Amino acid sequence: MNEFLSFIKKEFYHIFRDQRTILILLVMPVVQIILFGFAITTEVKNTQVALFDPSKDVATQYIKDKFQASEYFTIVEELTTPNQINEVFKYGKVGLVIVFSEDFADNLLHTGEAAIQLITDGTEPNQASMLTGYASGILSLYQQELMEQYHAPFQIVSEIRMLYNPQLKSAYNFVPGVMGMVLILICAMMTSIAIVREKEMGTMEVLLSSPLKPIYIILAKAVPYFSLSIFNLATILLLAVFVFNVPVAGNLFWLILLSLLFIFLALSLGLLISTLVDSQLAAMLISGMALMMPIMLLSGLVFPIESMPEILQWISAIVPARWYIEAVKKLMIQGVEVRYVTKEFLILAVMAVGLMLISLKNFKTRLN
Amino acid sequence: MENKVIYTENLTKKFGDFTAVDHISFSVNKSEVFGFLGANGAGKTTAMRMLCGLSHPTSGKGTVAGFDIFKQSEDVKKNIGYMSQKFSLYEDLKVWENLRLFGGIYGMKTKEIAEKTDRILHELGFEKERGTLVKSLPLGWKQKLSFSVSIFHEPKIVFLDEPTGGVDPVTRRQFWELIYDATDRGITVFVTTHYMDEAEYCDRVSIMVDGKIEALDSPKNLKNQYRTQNMYDVFYQIARKATRVEI
Amino acid sequence: MLQFLIEKEFKQIVRNSFVPKMIVGMPLLMMLVLPWAANQSIKGLKLSVVDKDHSTFSEQLIYKITSSGYFQLTDVSPTHTLAMKSIESGDADIILEIQDDFEKNLIREGLAHTMISANSVNGIKGGLGSSYLSSILIDYAEELRETYGQSAGGVPAGSIPQFNIIPQYKFNPHLDYKVFMIPAIMVMLLTIITGFLPALNIVSEKEIGTIEQMNVTPVKKLMFVLAKLIPYWIIGFIVLSICMGIAALVYGIFPVGNLFTIYFFASIYILVVSGFGLLISNYSNTMQQATFVMFFFIMVFILMSGLLTPVASMPDWAQKIALFNPLKYLMQVMRMVYMKGSAFGEMTPQFFALCAFAIGLNVWAVVSYRKSS
Repeated sequence: MNEFLSFIKKEFYHIFRDQRTILILLVMPVVQIILFGFAITTEVKNTQVALFDPSKDVATQYIKDKFQASEYFTIVEELTTPNQINEVFKYGKVGLVIVFSEDFADNLLHTGEAAIQLITDGTEPNQASMLTGYASGILSLYQQELMEQYHAPFQIVSEIRMLYNPQLKSAYNFVPGVMGMVLILICAMMTSIAIVREKEMGTMEVLLSSPLKPIYIILAKAVPYFSLSIFNLATILLLAVFVFNVPVAGNLFWLILLSLLFIFLALSLGLLISTLVDSQLAAMLISGMALMMPIMLLSGLVFPIESMPEILQWISAIVPARWYIEAVKKLMIQGVEVRYVTKEFLILAVMAVGLMLISLKNFKTRLN
Repeated sequence: MENKVIYTENLTKKFGDFTAVDHISFSVNKSEVFGFLGANGAGKTTAMRMLCGLSHPTSGKGTVAGFDIFKQSEDVKKNIGYMSQKFSLYEDLKVWENLRLFGGIYGMKTKEIAEKTDRILHELGFEKERGTLVKSLPLGWKQKLSFSVSIFHEPKIVFLDEPTGGVDPVTRRQFWELIYDATDRGITVFVTTHYMDEAEYCDRVSIMVDGKIEALDSPKNLKNQYRTQNMYDVFYQIARKATRVEI
Repeated sequence: MLQFLIEKEFKQIVRNSFVPKMIVGMPLLMMLVLPWAANQSIKGLKLSVVDKDHSTFSEQLIYKITSSGYFQLTDVSPTHTLAMKSIESGDADIILEIQDDFEKNLIREGLAHTMISANSVNGIKGGLGSSYLSSILIDYAEELRETYGQSAGGVPAGSIPQFNIIPQYKFNPHLDYKVFMIPAIMVMLLTIITGFLPALNIVSEKEIGTIEQMNVTPVKKLMFVLAKLIPYWIIGFIVLSICMGIAALVYGIFPVGNLFTIYFFASIYILVVSGFGLLISNYSNTMQQATFVMFFFIMVFILMSGLLTPVASMPDWAQKIALFNPLKYLMQVMRMVYMKGSAFGEMTPQFFALCAFAIGLNVWAVVSYRKSS
């Protein structure tokens, strides 16, 4: 046991001597959270709007007022000819151009041919579909008003409730995502690189010739990263709660237990990678590419899984982070009871044990 | 002065408060085999790295092959060869490719490189290994190859940092034959070693203790001075005065 | 001298068991998989319906919703509480609750209520999902008016004031995500491959010790750095060509603008990232360190490049930081050339920015490379 502790100490010295790496490990989650939270937020706010209004009547004025009053949009420019639209997109900061048809009010009342074009820059499809969605929302409210005013038959009024996140804050979505990403990154990538490094430098043999069992040597390597991850987990949670006001609605105990399970899984993954490759370069690229890319793209962090082709949905099912992120959302933000995340717990547990067994087996065969 | 290819005066290297090399002064003559001895941490490697232009001296004076090691380190590098303690040829290059690379770096022409490669491989008895990746050579062969690479461009001086570490006695013997061949061609050899039998092969040896040169003479004179039969006892008597341990 | 050094780098790259596979494999993998994943439009949301009415109208409505393609019906629950359980367990994303007397109210009062509850942990999903659903409801009402309008009392259908909303997407009329993501993926690949490889290359020479053998030779710093840069420059071209080939063959996506504009900008960009990689390696002692420093910067660069949301919609401080993000400039160039067909003249700011980066970083890399300590 004493030997084991001294091994762990050695690993800690190793890590803390390299201050640059340690700094990055500690700062990385903070920077990610801040970037996701403030810089690449997908929330629509005060988007600049340009108008082309050949009608200039009561109805168009009413709609303009509605847009001006909305917190999503700010009207900044009235165009004099439709030819300016391209210019506006090329050089301006305008996100949406609204074009009214001619004689809008007149057509609205009599012919039903009144039309409003919502023009967005399709080179930014995310932005474009979001802005179009918000703008159509404002317009449908107006349509709804008209319906009521004229006592139209067959009106379906729908009351919309946004569960868990009424203000549609993006933090609720990315915080669990960043948790999944950071934990995998630190545990899997660092552990695999740390082990492969010893292999590459030839010091692994020295360690293995010590009286300590190989499994303890590996454990000793994992312990520092395990503690770092826990520290990071705490940082992320504190930032989430105090800076972004993300609630921890559910049971903290289960959230932590889930995270520990996930960290264990990530460590096993790191160990597995380290048994598969011989160079740090390969370890880094594999853990970087094979872990980070799928997490960024297939875990539902950025792109909804439902919209992917079926085959990718299947692939995403083997990405551990996907299940972790889903479970965190449920436990932390929705605050559901733990029985609703049994599935995720089980999947993660099976993955973790499976990975650990495979990597230990690999590790042993390599030793012999 | 003409004959002195290495000359230093109070050469010093400090790392912060720690003085790794402490005012050493010595000179090495042309075509000499100069042994540079000292316990681990005595400052041998640091001193050697300063002479090779790998490390900036803190103070003192030094010339190598007639160039100032403070101001003309790149000129020094054109005239020396270096074989480090750690094997440092490219393991993922073949034998001939390593020779070609280093020949090319020292400005040799492709044709000249090709001819010389043939000759060297012949001398080493390596013809069959010409196209072998260096990583699959046995250690002793690697060391011999490494030495051949370091003198491939016919430098005035070659620096060898523990060139025979971990090598069997037969190969060490062969290695020293290569060293003598080089001195016959007028190359000066500056070598650090832990093996006292190798110290006997040197024309002159210096023994460093705690960053200072404590003794410098031919092996024969040193043995007389310390009244012993072998270099091992000489070394032991001098080196045990050391107060500092390995860095 | 340079020729020998470059020859060495190429031999080492080709003999590495991993790098050549990666140069070909990574573009293939990323180009074939990612464009399909990168789709933020909402489809196939899991819908739970609480139908308290069980009428012809409510059934028609449910049918209309499920056949829209945006929703898949996962369950029909008798009560809201049960439907909420589906949300909690993750079996449903959105609930539509149809009140009893839905049909009766529509016919008698001309008005009926429904309630949409969307899981909005993911705000985009919740927001877009509920707005799709409510617009289907509005469409359905419109259909009803067309069918029964005259007979249901009230005003005749024609006289209700109505207008059409016509969304129009400039430069990408079908809002194709692939054409949006593919140029971006190319930029990411170029960054990762030509940034990481040179950084790790030099540090690995440091770790193995071969760099010392180099440092003791009279090789010029510039030569050494150039010998590291040029192979990655060529690799960058290979990667870019593979990507553009896949874009054309698999996705049928061709740049609207000039192909040479892309190569021209890429050639500067590769120097930027490789130079950055070399710079990092000069300041790192171990591969682990270099990896993490690189990783950190590349992650920040990618997130702040406008990959997902345009840089222009970021807050001011973030836009200021993004000025120092070389990725942003190439991302803009690639998308402009691929989608808008912009010519070189329209991208001079990006050109000058990238040149400045290339010169600055590489000069710094050469100067900071130390042959002696």
